Amino acid sequence: MSDVNQRSESGADKNENEIASRETAGLSQRQIILRRFVRHKAAMVSLFVLIFIILFVLSASGLRFGSRQDPYIVPGWWRYSITDIDPEGAIAASCNNGVTGCPTLDISPTFIDGDGMRIGDHPLGTDIIGTDYFALVMRGAQQSLTVMFIVGLLGVTIGTTIGAIAGYFGGIVDAVLMRVTDMFLVTPTIVVGAVIGFRFGTFGVIPLAFLLGFFAWMGLARFVRTEFLTLREREFVDAARVAGASDRRIIFKHILPNAIGIIIVAGTLLLSGAILAETALSYLGFGVKSPDVSLGLLISEYQDSFGISPWLFWWPGALIVSIALCVNFIGDGLRDAFDPRQRRHVSAKDRSNAQELSSERD
Amino acid sequence: MMLVIIFGASFLAYNLQAYSSDPLSEFGESTAENRDYLIAKTIRDLQLNVPPPVRYFSWLRGIVAGLWGNFDMGLTRFDVPVTELLAQAIPVTIKLVITSTFLAIIFGISIGMITAIRQYSRFDYVITFVSFLLFSLPIFWVAVLLKEFMAIQFNDFLVEPQFSRTTISVVALVFGLIMAGFVGGSKSRFLSVMAGGAVFAAAVLSYVSLTRWFLEPSLGIFGVSFLALCSAAIVIQLITGVEDKRGLTAGFGTAVAVALLYFPLQALMPASANFLNVLTVFVATISVGTLIGYMVSSIDRRVYMRIGLFTALLATFPVVIDRFMAEFAGYMNSDAVRGRPIPTLGQANDLLATEQLENFWVSGLDTALHLILPTIALTLISFAGYVRFARGSLLEVLNMDYIRTARAKGLSERTVIVRHGMRNAMLPLTTILVNDFAGLLGGAIITEGVFAWKGMGQLFNDSIINYDLNLFMGVFIITALLTVLANLVADLLYGVVDPRIRIRK
Repeated sequence: MSDVNQRSESGADKNENEIASRETAGLSQRQIILRRFVRHKAAMVSLFVLIFIILFVLSASGLRFGSRQDPYIVPGWWRYSITDIDPEGAIAASCNNGVTGCPTLDISPTFIDGDGMRIGDHPLGTDIIGTDYFALVMRGAQQSLTVMFIVGLLGVTIGTTIGAIAGYFGGIVDAVLMRVTDMFLVTPTIVVGAVIGFRFGTFGVIPLAFLLGFFAWMGLARFVRTEFLTLREREFVDAARVAGASDRRIIFKHILPNAIGIIIVAGTLLLSGAILAETALSYLGFGVKSPDVSLGLLISEYQDSFGISPWLFWWPGALIVSIALCVNFIGDGLRDAFDPRQRRHVSAKDRSNAQELSSERD
Repeated sequence: MMLVIIFGASFLAYNLQAYSSDPLSEFGESTAENRDYLIAKTIRDLQLNVPPPVRYFSWLRGIVAGLWGNFDMGLTRFDVPVTELLAQAIPVTIKLVITSTFLAIIFGISIGMITAIRQYSRFDYVITFVSFLLFSLPIFWVAVLLKEFMAIQFNDFLVEPQFSRTTISVVALVFGLIMAGFVGGSKSRFLSVMAGGAVFAAAVLSYVSLTRWFLEPSLGIFGVSFLALCSAAIVIQLITGVEDKRGLTAGFGTAVAVALLYFPLQALMPASANFLNVLTVFVATISVGTLIGYMVSSIDRRVYMRIGLFTALLATFPVVIDRFMAEFAGYMNSDAVRGRPIPTLGQANDLLATEQLENFWVSGLDTALHLILPTIALTLISFAGYVRFARGSLLEVLNMDYIRTARAKGLSERTVIVRHGMRNAMLPLTTILVNDFAGLLGGAIITEGVFAWKGMGQLFNDSIINYDLNLFMGVFIITALLTVLANLVADLLYGVVDPRIRIRK
């Protein structure tokens, strides 16, 4: 493949190469990647938005550890929790047409409508019995994010380990591990998730996430294996082996750093898949169960009231979409940054600059 | 090898489900007098005293017995044979996913390839953003939105189906922008295409609004002719390009022929028609198209016959759709529908009268209307993946040396992209396509749940809720077989479409 992709040094290509090499002169691999990533506008914006969402969600609803009966709570800055029921507030926030629990958030300033900007008592409204919806959404998002990160972390760890071992040692080890991977792969994630979730959903979100993570590593293992298969044939691995490096050292010091790109990219895809899978499972009733909340569960509970109180439906959905969208864009940026064949779009201006540069030199 | 994988996976699934389900839990709080008896009966019926790994083999025996004819997947907990339920459910699921899969493939690949050709254009950025957005949408959320806006509000709109001026101008402008994005080119061309598209859309919308088209939809001879000419233009552009006079004659000749056949073909589609009639119509037009292709050419006949064939195929769809539309007014005003044609739930209208059910056109229309929402939802979700994949694939191919060679030897840009680029870019797509067919069940579980279809996904849901192990395994084994077979087909197909693979082996 690589010799097919090698470009001949002709005309425009030469100029483009010149631009590329001028940009990366004197930088380490890591710096080049970072630079490419930072330049990917959509990815950078998404990164900031995602970090903002995470911090906002975590700080708003606070953290709960320990058992359900006797939780250790780190309080957040929001005044209501998901167990506070405030029917009077719900009525206070009622809208004109008799529907209760309307959002009090108003972002249109005074010159558009009379009320002006305000957050109010229940910015996202309340649900039917008067629970503050902002608290519910924040708690749900926290759960969904937790699942996403645990599944991602576990999937990446297991997938990398299995893929690396299979790819590096080859032979019978590879054959056995890959057949095992196929066995897991034949089982759709949602099927496994439903089986697990139906039984273990009531245990809380963290055990559920761990169990889901055990069934989410297959795609990544395949990617990593392919990468290891090509990398282990490279000269630098031979050199390391001749120098007396152990298998462990070769894997961790020589091959893994070179495969990190594909791992990170596949990992981000896993993350966005995980949040969608968790919400889908909760929606079907196989994931997080009431009284706990997750974004999928909120949508499933209030989908029928869309006509009357649409805010109960919009907010959790918007959060899922924005989290998944951010993760996807970050993954795209990372792929561009790690892919050595990927070059930045060379604009006409860059091209003419390079032309001048090379003609001056000639 | 395949069998080993299926064996391992089914063993895994069986034990997973067996250990995580507890059929006795429903008796936990039971106060019934015969509680002990019920518990004992459940244990005996489900063989709960046998440990799951052992019980698995008694299940397997029924499957293996299929080799000599008496296939047995066991009974569900309500004593219905699993095979019977599966036989009912599989066609439903296939019906649900097949249209959306085709639509997603066709639109996804064509739009993905256009973005690759216009890499880094504004169009590319917009489509990239849209596909990422669709990628991040949970299908159940989309489904609820669709139900509200496409079904409930659309049905309300049908009471007085007229667009306001604002709606017409906004939609026309958006349509013009999309068209201009497709065509691309210089600024003046962009603007003229946009203006043309907007005027066209505004004209169509005004016509639809003024004639209350939605209440009695039909394409008529003019609509059919217009769509036939469009199909001819697309097919010609893809196969020979407009420079080839014979290609033009073959394509547009076929389009005109289909339009002329519009009235004669109606006789082939009477009220008592069935599926065979539709097939006959297609065979008839395709033969005419192929014949025209044969007649206009003297050399390279296959190319022109292909133009005729594909033009006729595409152009016949409007003719058949027009026939279905003719039944719409009657369907909509019938007692079962009462003027709300787009349903939010279910796979068929249970209230339809017998003569309506027996009428191929009416029942077909009913199915089509029930399919609209799930199809849109599934298409939107899977469309994004194809766009990204087709784009990446074509970009990679366009960087190859043989593309440069093709350009260097003076081939037209169209030939380079269509013949040398797109064909090669389609190769890796075959793998994805086949694998996607296998992965459809995962999507179907959610979609069937949201739209209340009674297919494989519903069976699966029931099996988990009722701790129905045999049913669960029945659904599972179908999926697993499908996945493994799909992989096999993908490997074989890849060898067929890409000769390099064969040589290497």
